[in-house]
Amino acid sequence: MESNMEDHNSPTSSRLPRRQVLQWFAAAAPVAATGLPALSPARTAPALGTKGYGTDPDLIKEYNPGDVWPLTFTDDQRKTVTALSDIVLPADEYGPAASTVRVHDYLDEWVSAPYPNQQRDRKVFMPGLEKFEAWVKENHSAPFAELSAEQQTAVCEAIATGKEKSLSAFFDKFVMLACGAYYSTMEGWKAIGYVGNIASVTFDGPPPEVLEKVGVEQTVEN
Amino acid sequence: MPVIPASEAKSEYDVIIVGSGAGGGQMAYTLTLAGVKCLMLEAGRDYDPVAETPMFHTGAQAPLGGTSTPEKPFGFHDATIDGGWEVPGEPYTQANEDPNDQFMWWRARMLGGRTNHWGRISLRNGPYDFKPKSRDGLGFDWPVTYDEIDPYYTKVERLIGVYGTNEGLENTPDSPDGVLQPPPKGRIGDLLSQKAGKKIGVPIVPIHRAVLTKPQDADTLPGLLHPDNEDAQKYVADSMRSRAACFWATACGRGCSIRANYQSTTVHLPPALATGNLDIIPDAHAREVIVNDEGKATGVLFIDKNTGKEERVKGKTVVLAASSGETVRILLNSKSNQFPEGLANRSGLVGKYIMDTVGSDLRGQIPALENLPPHNDDGAGGSHFYAPWWLYGDQKAGKMDFARGYHIEIGGTRSMPRGTSPVPGQYLKGLYGTKLKEEARRYYGSFIGFACRGEMIPNEGSFAELDPEVKDKWGIPVVKWHWEWSDHELNMSEHAQRTFEELIDAMGGTPMGGGGKSGRDTILNGGKVIHEVGGAIMGDDAEKSVCNRWNQTWDVPNLFLCDGSPFPSNADKNPTETIMALAWRCADHLIEESRKGNL
Repeated sequence: MESNMEDHNSPTSSRLPRRQVLQWFAAAAPVAATGLPALSPARTAPALGTKGYGTDPDLIKEYNPGDVWPLTFTDDQRKTVTALSDIVLPADEYGPAASTVRVHDYLDEWVSAPYPNQQRDRKVFMPGLEKFEAWVKENHSAPFAELSAEQQTAVCEAIATGKEKSLSAFFDKFVMLACGAYYSTMEGWKAIGYVGNIASVTFDGPPPEVLEKVGVEQTVEN
Repeated sequence: MPVIPASEAKSEYDVIIVGSGAGGGQMAYTLTLAGVKCLMLEAGRDYDPVAETPMFHTGAQAPLGGTSTPEKPFGFHDATIDGGWEVPGEPYTQANEDPNDQFMWWRARMLGGRTNHWGRISLRNGPYDFKPKSRDGLGFDWPVTYDEIDPYYTKVERLIGVYGTNEGLENTPDSPDGVLQPPPKGRIGDLLSQKAGKKIGVPIVPIHRAVLTKPQDADTLPGLLHPDNEDAQKYVADSMRSRAACFWATACGRGCSIRANYQSTTVHLPPALATGNLDIIPDAHAREVIVNDEGKATGVLFIDKNTGKEERVKGKTVVLAASSGETVRILLNSKSNQFPEGLANRSGLVGKYIMDTVGSDLRGQIPALENLPPHNDDGAGGSHFYAPWWLYGDQKAGKMDFARGYHIEIGGTRSMPRGTSPVPGQYLKGLYGTKLKEEARRYYGSFIGFACRGEMIPNEGSFAELDPEVKDKWGIPVVKWHWEWSDHELNMSEHAQRTFEELIDAMGGTPMGGGGKSGRDTILNGGKVIHEVGGAIMGDDAEKSVCNRWNQTWDVPNLFLCDGSPFPSNADKNPTETIMALAWRCADHLIEESRKGNL
């Protein structure tokens, strides 16, 4: 995962008072100290157990899937989820493919988490994944990851259009969790149109083209 | 750092303050700057907002994208540590089995308490809010008037820094000229809501929040705050100079390492610690206030959570600022021959009249906000605009089926995605591939949330007592909650829902979930808004109140309550600024009485 964290800490204007610059750098120091490694492949870090992160986790640290609780996917499941995530969120003009930002690792972390919401999702996701793999093998005589892009798309099309109803709950869950993962990344921000998390001297509000499109005027003058 | 272990406590302090949030922080600030030696007890651990605040951290850097879990109820990067609606080892119980009639008790076990993550909304109560019973015959009047508290609101606003505007609206006080910091620009959802509000008669204006939009005037403000105290001016000026103005990124709920917003740990405690007059013992779980044979408070008995041992500290005066629920727990557990029903409880009213804020939310999907050019909507890390209550006239004329007001808080529309899909599933159903990304981009930013935050009228069925059986992990009896809403609150929630539907309709949008829901179905559980006040109400009559007009308990003259517990009503205005104003005033009074030898 690329990081433009350094950009975030750069003063955006030469008019910035020195005092403020120093304060901003002080604010960023704990972040810089952690380093910003790319999200590593799954299972690099030892799992700590099936407990959660507790009520007093280190908030400054950067976490990777597998850091706090053990992951679930087998190698084959991981291949399937990776391939499916790239059909659901492919590389295109909006941004990179899901696997580039490790959406599959995030999904593994999610379904492996000890919390109630994630445990509920796991009950839909894991049996659904098994059913999905079995259905693909039965209809295409090969695992999903080994199918051609056209075949993979055809599989998704069949499920998304409701032709394979037994898999739609799994597919819907997959899409929503994949979106949650993808759009939490900086690449995902760009894809969806989130702009922010950048230190600025001023907040100027919506730009003129936005005000015009929505048909409103800025009412705060200062 | 004068954060000390229990073993290093001095033999006696002038004042012991239990709690380090808005009330405790304000007391420590005012007292230590006046030269009073204080000891603060905090039930949670020491916390350093400069080193521990995850500024700029992205969802992808947190487990589960930073989404909420029971261990971090407001998301991974929220400032709260060791807190939430459940605290391990410190249970509480409910009198009612029906979840609708239960109170969800939020606690933060950390230095600074809830102020580290709060919404920073800083509203003054208006003149009506201090005399509600005189207006409609319900609940209780305060023993103080707006005019008495007004100067303290001004002091607090000058100290903490509050942005906003003076709009001259009914029962929505203006601050003196030059006190408020400039408001941030309206965001797109704010401006569209404001336009819709005009169509349906709801005034939407800049909100007041404790965030610096420009550096504080450290050359002038300290002199205004502490006119006859040069040492205090110096400490406060130093603290103000070390605070930066907002850099328009990072949600305030994470806390603020550049100290641009108010939290006790960044604004109240640094100058208090700089005086050398403040010791803080963290991990100190207060059990009871100790009294002598004359019925005066002499100190506090607490459990050192690190050793599990009971410890005693001595003070000439004791201040409880532990939150309504905790203050009630401590008072009721402080039983002695003189006070067999608990301390300061001769009226029998300790624990009675607990209030929260009426919460009722609705989101709308607004086509006019679809596919907008991407732009920065982060703003000041919280609300920019709100609608103060606007129907005082209709209520006075008897046209409404609920007696008190609510204000409307407006959320941002293009916030940082965090762990869960930024677009709900119903808008993305059956989609995948580039089409999915296109639709996600189309809908992202088109959802706007409105939140009713309204006044609950105190009632006989909402109170806290000690559970006769359940104890916490240190053997201390825990709080048992009783809760009920009256029709006033349920009808208010219903009214808010209809108002939100009108606003959404006026914006050309559609209520999510279809709208049309009842007050009972939409009102948030008691405690969910985390504005717990009452339980030791102030009044003019010792038989009908626990505290007098100075936050001083009637029964124990050297015991003061400086959290929300003395509130006899809970206006729609968020309680924090009033807690601070009352605490500052209480501290001034305490110093004066102490000089006179009256404590």
